[in-house]
This record gives sequence, C-alpha cells and structure tokens, in this order.
Amino acid sequence: MMGFTRQNAGGRATLIVVFGFLYLPIVVLVGLSFNEAGLPTVWSGFSTKWYGALLGNSDILGAAWNTLVVAVFATVIATVLGTLLAIGIETRRRASTGLEALVFAPMVIPDIVLAVALLSFFSRLDVTLGLHTIVLSHVIFDLAFVCSIVRARLKHFDYSIVEASRDLGASPWTTFWRVTFPVLMPAIVAGALLAFTLSIDEFIIAFFTAGAGRSSITLPMQIYSMIRFGITPEINALATIVMSVSAAALLLSQWLNKDQLR
Amino acid sequence: MSFQATRPNLLAAPAVAWLLAFMVAPCLLILGYAFFERGTWGGVVYTFTLENFERVFDPLYARIFVNSARIAATVTLLAILVAYPAAYAISRAPRSRQPILLFFAVLPFWSNYLIRTYAWIVLLNREGLINNVLRWGGYEGEPLSMLYSEGAVIIGLVYNYLPFVILAIYSSLSRLDMSLVEASRDLGAGPIRTFLRVTLPLTLPGVAAGGVFVFVLSIGNFVTPALLGGGRFQMIGNLVYDQFLTANDWPFGAALGMILIAIMIALLTLQARATNRASGTVREAER
Repeated sequence: MMGFTRQNAGGRATLIVVFGFLYLPIVVLVGLSFNEAGLPTVWSGFSTKWYGALLGNSDILGAAWNTLVVAVFATVIATVLGTLLAIGIETRRRASTGLEALVFAPMVIPDIVLAVALLSFFSRLDVTLGLHTIVLSHVIFDLAFVCSIVRARLKHFDYSIVEASRDLGASPWTTFWRVTFPVLMPAIVAGALLAFTLSIDEFIIAFFTAGAGRSSITLPMQIYSMIRFGITPEINALATIVMSVSAAALLLSQWLNKDQLR
Repeated sequence: MSFQATRPNLLAAPAVAWLLAFMVAPCLLILGYAFFERGTWGGVVYTFTLENFERVFDPLYARIFVNSARIAATVTLLAILVAYPAAYAISRAPRSRQPILLFFAVLPFWSNYLIRTYAWIVLLNREGLINNVLRWGGYEGEPLSMLYSEGAVIIGLVYNYLPFVILAIYSSLSRLDMSLVEASRDLGAGPIRTFLRVTLPLTLPGVAAGGVFVFVLSIGNFVTPALLGGGRFQMIGNLVYDQFLTANDWPFGAALGMILIAIMIALLTLQARATNRASGTVREAER
C-alpha cells in the first residue's frame, strides 16, 4: 500500500489539470466582462459598465423576456408530463423496451435533426411559427430529463408507505397528494430546475422553430448573431449573467437532489 | 408492487402522446421527405426517388461525410483519453468528496453551449488571450491563427462533451468490484497489466456509453464548426442546416438527417451489445 499516496498525488494533479481545462475558459470570460477596456489585450481596471450597457439594449431585454416566457411555459408543461410519465413507467408491471426507447430518444437525437424535423412538421401543418412552437418543441427534451430525475427518486421509493395510507382508508387521490407527492417533491423541483436551464440555453431547436422576425428571438439566438459579428464586451457580460442563472438553478437542483437521498 | 390502483399507462399517456406528436411524427415526416424530389423553387414534390441518398456518394458530399467522421472519431478518442484519468481520480478520491467533484465536473455541461464555444473564440483568436500571453512571454512573431481551423473545432467539441464522458466512465468505475483488482495484483500482475486486463475491460461499458454519445453529437454538430471553424469547412450538421435554410433542398437535407439518425441507432445498438457482453464477463469473473 506504499503507492497509495503517490497515486493520490497523481489523481490530484490530473484533477487540477482537467478542472483547469474545464473552468479556465469560463473564468477568462467572466474576468473580461469586468474589464473596463473590454478586450483581452489590456486590463484597464474593474468596471461594471458593460453590464450597464446591456440594460440599455432593448434587443437584448426583449430576447431575455422571450427566453423567460418560453422557459417558464415549457418547464411547467414538461414537469407535469415528465412526473406523470416517471410514475407511469416505474409502476408498470413489466418494463417496455419501446417506451424506454421513446423516452431515451430526446436525450440522444442530434438536435439539428429534431430541429429540421420540427420545422418541416410545423410548416407542413401550416402552423404559424413563434414562441408557442418553441415551447411545444422544448417540452420534448425537457420532459425526458424531468422523467429521468423523478424515476431515479422512485427507485428508492418505499412503496409500503403508500400501502399503509391505502390500508388506513385514504383514497388514491389523497394518497398521491399527501404521501407520494411530498416524497417526490425534491426530485420534481430538481427536474423542473434542470428543464428550466436546458430551455433557457437551447439554441438550435429554438432557432428553427421561432420563425422569421425579431418578435420571437430568444437570448441564445441573440447571442449567436452577436458572436457572428465578432467579440464584444457586451457578449462577455451577457454570457456571465446567463451562466450565473444556469449555475444557480443547477446548484439548487443538485442541493435538493442530495437532500432527498439522505 | 401493489402501489397502484391507478393505471400506469394512463399516467404515461400525455407524455407519450406529446413525444409521438412532436418527435416521432416530425421524424417520420422527414423520413418520408427523404424519398421525394425537391421542387424547382424549393418545397417537396411527391415523386418517389432514391436520388437524395445517391447524392451522398457524390465526391463533394462524401468528403464532408469522411471529414465529419474523422473529426468526430478524433474528438471521441481525445475525450476518452482525458476523461478516463479524470474519472479514475474522482473514483479514488475520498467517498465523501466524490459527489461534489463529480458535480463540478458535470456543471459546465449543463450551461450554455454557445457561450462555452464562444469562450474558445476569446481564447484562440489573433487578439485573444493565448496570443497575448505568448506576447507577454516574449514571443515576437506573428500572432498565431488558431481559430477557424480543424484543431479549433476539435478542441471546442472535446471541451463541450468532456463532462459527459467523465460522468459515464465514473459510473462504470464506481461499480467496479475492487476485490477483482486486488486479486489481480495479489496474483502477481503489475499495475499496467491489471489495468489493461481487469479494470479497463470491466469499465468498457462506461467508455462505450460516453464514446457513442460524443461521436453522435460531434458528427451532427452544427454550432461548433460554424463558430470555431469559421464556416470554412463543413460537417454533416452544417450541411443539413444549409439544405433547410439556404439551399432550400429539404428532401436532401432530410436524407442527410436520416443518415445521422441511422448512424446514431447503429452505434447505440453496438454499445448495448458491448455492455451486455461486458456484464456477462463480470458474471463469469464472479463465478
């Protein structure tokens, strides 16, 4: 067991390098967003002026509002559908391969393919594109992720408490709301937060299902068109805000999920 | 499991209906489009043809396919080579610290893909951070043009998908029965031989799961080649994008999309086989 400390030192070095690789680009971006000069060439002092510039940009504010609307609607629908689906799958007598594949597909299908398929589908049916079609599309992958998180919780679920509730005379409805739901709650909220993050950040499907015109541009679409025009300090500030919102939602989601496993 | 008087199928129905309506039906629609002709002014003419699939073998497009596959394979290999040691180090860390390490390894994966790609533009461009650091370090030549190259696309893809590969390999490693590793060492195998003959084969399902995921998402990627490749060279994802938004040849775009799906299904099937075989090996080893 002599080699153990040496192995640990090697492991630590590996993790430092890999975490450096994962976080350095993000740290640089956040750092630059507070650089008065805005460019990586010189550091001319700490400033929040680029954040101020965002507040005066009505395009960005409009896109942010659209993103929020899409994410809230998609999350609410996906959370309800995904939770019911999770309970449905986990309480089946026999596992169904077809059902498993159907629920797994949204997580692995290349997003460009789903995007063009949805565009073809909506235009074939003459559906006017807009924020509502983005919501319809986002629910697809959002519900798959909610479902997988709730299912993980159900695997540790103690079904005897449900039986106890039924034996004591509670109806299935009462049992669901008073017993099952409270136990699943942390996982449902964790799933909802993940869905919310995914929706806020999703670009390709939104891009294809938004239709033409500024009225249904979301933040990732706005960021994409800004990036194509080049690097600007505003993008750094906007990127920092978007990443902070995602990170906060994910930390909260993780914290809820950890709590429930105790 | 007498949990339910309620009906499981009824609970699953709304979500299943949603997926059938908005995922399966659209995919079937473009599967159909792939076998039709394109109209003179775009649109789809409902005459059966195999031409869209034949065109894939046109040298122009075949080259894009080969390039995409080569880039995706390189990305997959690099991601596994970086992720394996990282996942191994996490799985050997104190138990109490593993969840937090894993969480922070995966956190970037859930954050905005565009922004993570953009961050590499900031690092790699001619006025970017890396060139500035080189200049401070005394480098006096022309700034390196690292952006808009195949290398930049590869780095961007590895960076974006690395967290998932770490997660997949870690989940295999955390299930690894350490007594098998110890037995190998006790029987006189060296650390390298033990790794190659015991640890690696038993964690291959995780490697395969992570690898398939990275390969599928890389070969169909559209954002990273567009931003880090500067649109100078195309991958299949960009080709699909162009057919739908600029060339207006939906049937051909649909055929390309179907090929991506076929590649995905083929790889997932292979991966499932490999995983089954590996779990067979574990049972044998345990016997």
